[in-house]
Amino acid sequence: MRTGGAGPTLVLVLAVGVLTGTGVTLLLERSLTRILLGVILLGNGVNLLILLGGRPGDAPVVGTGAPGDFSDPLPQAMILTAIVITFGLTAFLAAVAYRSWYLSGDDEVQDDLEDRQIVRLAERNEIASRDLGGEGPGDDPEQVDPGPARRRLRRPGGAQ
Amino acid sequence: MRSLVPLPVVVPLLGAALTLILANWPRAQRTVSVVALTANLLVAVLLLVEAYRYDPVVVQVGGWPAPVGIVLVADQLAALMLVVSSAVTLCVLLYSIGQGRGETSESAPVSIYHPTYLVLAAGITNAFLAGDLFNLFVGFEMLLAASFVLITLGGTEARIRTGSTYVVVSILSSLIFLAAVGLVYAATGTLNMAQLAARLDALPDGVRLGLQLMLLLAFGIKAAVFPLSAWLPDSYPTAPAPVTAVFAGLLTKVGVYAIIRTETLLFPGGDVSGLLMVVAGLTMVIGVLGAVAQSDLKRLFSFTLVSHIGYMIFGVALSTAAALSGAIFYVVHHITVQTTLFLVAGLVEERAGSTDLRRLGGLARITPLLAVLFFVPAMNLAGIPPFSGFLGKLGLLQAGVAVGGPLPWVLVAAGTLTSLLTLYAASRVWAIAFWRAPQLATAEPMVRLPHLMVGATVALVALGLVLTLAAGPLFRVTADAAADLRQRTPYVEAVLPGGAR
Repeated sequence: MRTGGAGPTLVLVLAVGVLTGTGVTLLLERSLTRILLGVILLGNGVNLLILLGGRPGDAPVVGTGAPGDFSDPLPQAMILTAIVITFGLTAFLAAVAYRSWYLSGDDEVQDDLEDRQIVRLAERNEIASRDLGGEGPGDDPEQVDPGPARRRLRRPGGAQ
Repeated sequence: MRSLVPLPVVVPLLGAALTLILANWPRAQRTVSVVALTANLLVAVLLLVEAYRYDPVVVQVGGWPAPVGIVLVADQLAALMLVVSSAVTLCVLLYSIGQGRGETSESAPVSIYHPTYLVLAAGITNAFLAGDLFNLFVGFEMLLAASFVLITLGGTEARIRTGSTYVVVSILSSLIFLAAVGLVYAATGTLNMAQLAARLDALPDGVRLGLQLMLLLAFGIKAAVFPLSAWLPDSYPTAPAPVTAVFAGLLTKVGVYAIIRTETLLFPGGDVSGLLMVVAGLTMVIGVLGAVAQSDLKRLFSFTLVSHIGYMIFGVALSTAAALSGAIFYVVHHITVQTTLFLVAGLVEERAGSTDLRRLGGLARITPLLAVLFFVPAMNLAGIPPFSGFLGKLGLLQAGVAVGGPLPWVLVAAGTLTSLLTLYAASRVWAIAFWRAPQLATAEPMVRLPHLMVGATVALVALGLVLTLAAGPLFRVTADAAADLRQRTPYVEAVLPGGAR
């Protein structure tokens, strides 16, 4: 893939663009399996992008040629690390998708229940818990904690 | 002293390996974890003393010299973060041991809790110590992979549902970060932060801004800054209490730390301070408005967590020495207090069977100790004098006033409003869960809270109070750290003694 030092090959640039574009599109789906595929494509796109950052050239092994002709080994080392990490995370995501399918019958990412509840309350113009006035749990607005008052009454000479 | 620097990463990792081997001996597992994290705390304190009194402590891993090899740098900011994070992880570990996490039970099976927790601790310390961008990425990945396991612990339906959101968002932010790392390397030919500090300055403005925004986007997702924060309140609350606590205290702060590092060392000059200020203001106000609407204790605290990230971003955006010092102080304060509040929420759940405000009442009479443990950090979070929250907010607001101009003044107003609304949210919890007629969501009238859980929470509340009492010396350290961050030379010279090329 040497291009005479003129810069990256067009094929690589296009591959990065296509992989990233498809990856992002798939990430916007609801199904975890598609998201998983999106993550894989996006990860590969990013890895190729890193490869583009280094100089192209011969295999960077000392003793096989002039150091000036070597490609930059650092991006390749970084990609190796990144591939391992992406692989691990992908495996975990696959496990989550399978578990989700196992438990609920599909692998769609669901809305947050609590969020929906609060939206519903907001539509009816109500507040989250209707006890701001200090009313008790039994929906009785007068029922503040009766304990201290009772203790006061029990104290000898406490109640006038 | 140098040989100490890698220990906060190596010791927890070795501990993780050991605890994995000792999977069938829970008692030995617990001992190993506690010893490893205690050692971390001691090392971190030593490093902080060294970095404060002398220079940043730098170690070149494997003896490879700086721009080529991996460096670990413990400057004052990193060492301070290490101390706080080690103290908090140790307390949360003790709490989880008290709760019986790690032993086989329905919601927390298998003995993977301890190894994963130690990997999480190693990832956090590695991110703080990293001297190059790629190592920072690796640190993030370590803590993320561990956090994925912890947030889906037990694999129940609710945890898988919320965990999948968290996993996908985190992976996306990592990929953005990785792409930014690749672009930074393509533009400058290095990833060593000290060398980048010199080389990024020479780049054309457009390229520099692009790289900066990309890194900020990646870290912004991790730090849960407003338009990128929606994942956090949905995913944190369902995890086990100690897990949520350590996530809330530390994971977002690692993102904030990365933002502070990039904005001071790599991209100084405040090109994006206007943007950061707008984002900070929105984070504060919208986050706290979310908190006001919630009816579940853990969700409410998740929203205050998002909201108070705004204060730190505000300090970074102002980028004066006083503002950075205030931001660092606020990070330290907020790690402690937010973790404490989540631990208290866990105690409430243990005692009363739920954290839903609609099902709780009268806890102040049933368990007075729990009421005190909630009240102190809640008032601390809201910024009631004389607590450290008040001092941190005061430092930041003063820095904002000193800078002047329309946007900082708006931010000062937003910060005050957020503080008041936090107080409102906290006192609402107090009035409903602690003050009204007693009501418990559990059928058992007397649940005894394990001593170790209560003890760990008490220790963290006490740490919050110590931060208040020692605020003077602490502000001296943060001011010194902020001055070093703004100068950049102490860091660069410590890493590259021969000067950056």
